[in-house]
Amino acid sequence: MTDQTQQAPGAAAQPRRAQTANTGGALGLRKKDFAIFLLVIALTLFAPFLLNPFPGNSAMAQFNAGYPDLMQRFVIFGIFAIGFNILFGLTGYLSFGHAAFLGVGSYAGIWSMKLLTLNVIPSIIASMVVAGLFALLVGYISLRRSGIYFSILTLAFAMMSFALAYSVLTPITGGETGMQLQYFDARILDGALEPGQTPRASLFGLDMAASETLRFGAWSFTFNVGYYLAGFMMLIAFYLSIRIFNSPFGMMLRAVKSNQNRLNYTGISPKPYTLAAFVISGMYAGLAGGLLVAMDTQVGAERMFWTASGEVVLMTILGGAGTLIGPILGAGFIKYFENIVSTINKSTLEGWFSFLPDTASDIVVTLIYPFVGKGWHLTLGLLFMAVVIFLPGGLVQGTQKIATVFRRDKKAEPVESAAAEQRKSAED
Amino acid sequence: MEAIILQFLNGLDKGSAYALIALGLTLIFGTLGVVNFAHGALFMIGAFCAVTFSRLLNLSHTVVDESRTDFLGNPLELQVPYMYDFFGVNTGAAIIDWAVPLSILFAIPVMIGIGVAMERGLIRHFYKRPHADQILVTFGLAIVLQEVIKYFYGANPIPTPAPQAFVGSFDFGLMLGFDAGSIVYPYWRLIYFMFAAVIIAAVFAFLQFTTFGMVVRAGMADRETVTLLGIDIDKRFTIMFGIAAAVAGLAGVMYTPINSPNYHMGMDFLVLSFVVVVVGGMGSLPGAVLAGFLLGIIEAFASMAEVLDVLPGINQIIIYLVAIIVLLTRPRGLMGRKGVMEE
Repeated sequence: MTDQTQQAPGAAAQPRRAQTANTGGALGLRKKDFAIFLLVIALTLFAPFLLNPFPGNSAMAQFNAGYPDLMQRFVIFGIFAIGFNILFGLTGYLSFGHAAFLGVGSYAGIWSMKLLTLNVIPSIIASMVVAGLFALLVGYISLRRSGIYFSILTLAFAMMSFALAYSVLTPITGGETGMQLQYFDARILDGALEPGQTPRASLFGLDMAASETLRFGAWSFTFNVGYYLAGFMMLIAFYLSIRIFNSPFGMMLRAVKSNQNRLNYTGISPKPYTLAAFVISGMYAGLAGGLLVAMDTQVGAERMFWTASGEVVLMTILGGAGTLIGPILGAGFIKYFENIVSTINKSTLEGWFSFLPDTASDIVVTLIYPFVGKGWHLTLGLLFMAVVIFLPGGLVQGTQKIATVFRRDKKAEPVESAAAEQRKSAED
Repeated sequence: MEAIILQFLNGLDKGSAYALIALGLTLIFGTLGVVNFAHGALFMIGAFCAVTFSRLLNLSHTVVDESRTDFLGNPLELQVPYMYDFFGVNTGAAIIDWAVPLSILFAIPVMIGIGVAMERGLIRHFYKRPHADQILVTFGLAIVLQEVIKYFYGANPIPTPAPQAFVGSFDFGLMLGFDAGSIVYPYWRLIYFMFAAVIIAAVFAFLQFTTFGMVVRAGMADRETVTLLGIDIDKRFTIMFGIAAAVAGLAGVMYTPINSPNYHMGMDFLVLSFVVVVVGGMGSLPGAVLAGFLLGIIEAFASMAEVLDVLPGINQIIIYLVAIIVLLTRPRGLMGRKGVMEE
């Protein structure tokens, strides 16, 4: 994907599309994209198995991530990052305020649950619509400027939303304490609950928190309704994003990224395209926010803080901006390590290195300790810097690089060395 | 009238901090063309320079005083700072009391060192990369610096008091002929404002009246020509980065008595400083200073009870609101130059 983003848009891209459009695949996808889609489907379906590879009683059990809460976050933040990637990866507009849409979506979702029904479907729809409208407003204003100005404008809007949600809008947002469901909420469609009953989000009567546990020796695998709902939503979101990437609309967005002036000279205004991309990615964020509410029926304003916006940027870059699967990888990677690395404490480390002599083990533990547990953000920051410095294309580019190293056979070598020599002589 | 003057004064100290950070940001942007998201972290490190320095001054050793006993009847153990040994009790105590202003001397070399190391070690490699990459790598660096400070100093704010002489408030009310106590302003904030004014004046004088500054200004206007004249402009820009870091650091040092430093104070200021820079006009030094004070004062006025009655919560968002309006009506900011960051 990265090579495409650098290609000249317009004329050069069209024949290429025509060539590849009919080569295999299904569901209107190219063969390669279809393979990626199948891979993501398989990963999503079998995540409860794949993320629980270690038996529950072993020392490695804390590397298991197959519990519902974490799996839900994988897919939900996957959606958030996929949406962000449609804006940033394709158009190159770096929004630093995307968490605002996630937050607004969450509030819309919880109000739908408070006022209408505990069913998650209307709540998710409400989240997407409201987030989309808010994105339309913010995008319409912010997209008048580009580059750093755009980033600052979106940041300003997000901080404004955060500040308002925290202070003045307390009746709607719950302020510092956030919003929770109550039994006395007027649910027009459901009717009120008895005092003492806990309102639970459901899908036509199917409780979101319901899980089925499969025990298999020391292993236990949990299948959670909420996770599969969110996973299903992510698959739809992912499919749509593949379609957007390959559509003429996606090509226009790439053209915006590679050279906006050229577009202007051809007599095309990029604004409608970028605005559409902005609203779409805002709706993705709204969907993620709605799902967060569906999984855990509460919202707090800190969800909109600008560090949350920074986190989605991190996920997208880490995975690989402008690639299809990158954002999902990045979201999974960050959420996994956030949960796993941050739970490692000193005694765990001492347990691992107990095979070393005492002094050596002490030294190793002292060296590693700042980077795990509470120091997880330090690791994250270093990792992030390393990715931006050495792998601007993210993990996807990294794997591609490794793959080319392995795939390099004798045939390819002379060609590449010739190319390298050419480059060298050109430099001289 | 009293209320207006009071809010004006309240705006000045916050505005000073904004102006100083924004000035540093603009210096870096104007010279190197780099958007530095780690600038807030430099402000924070400056504040922790003050913390470190006051801890260094307070280093002490234990002396057993045989003549007195503690409540258990053991000989009393006293912590005696080394400063008392070096300079005598009175001078030593005065030095410790003046820790914050004295840490300026400590912070300048440290901050210039950190700035130059940052530029040479990291930022240099990002001149040719897109602005998005610069934002992202410096954002990562900001997280790292913040976490390093958190590791060594903990997550709680560390109170760092101003010298005893400056504790208390100045009564402007009496001076201007209003009732006593109507306009009360803490001494330290007044000092902070004057300090900021001195630093800003020094930076401008340095750029305006020295040969070095002249070359730097020439480099900002047309880097290529300056290079063609055989001047190593990169070296001077590196030094300017160090100076910008020092300006942010000094802003942090002097801010410690106003707000106890904690590890995320930099991030809190960073977002606002960026807004300030954009409002002032990217790359314009006077614009940054002007916008810093302007936004500080506007924020102070928005926090007046009378305003809040009409528009609740306006103090929280006024800066962003002003930024949005300015960016949409004057896209280059108040004093922005043409052609900066417009690709």
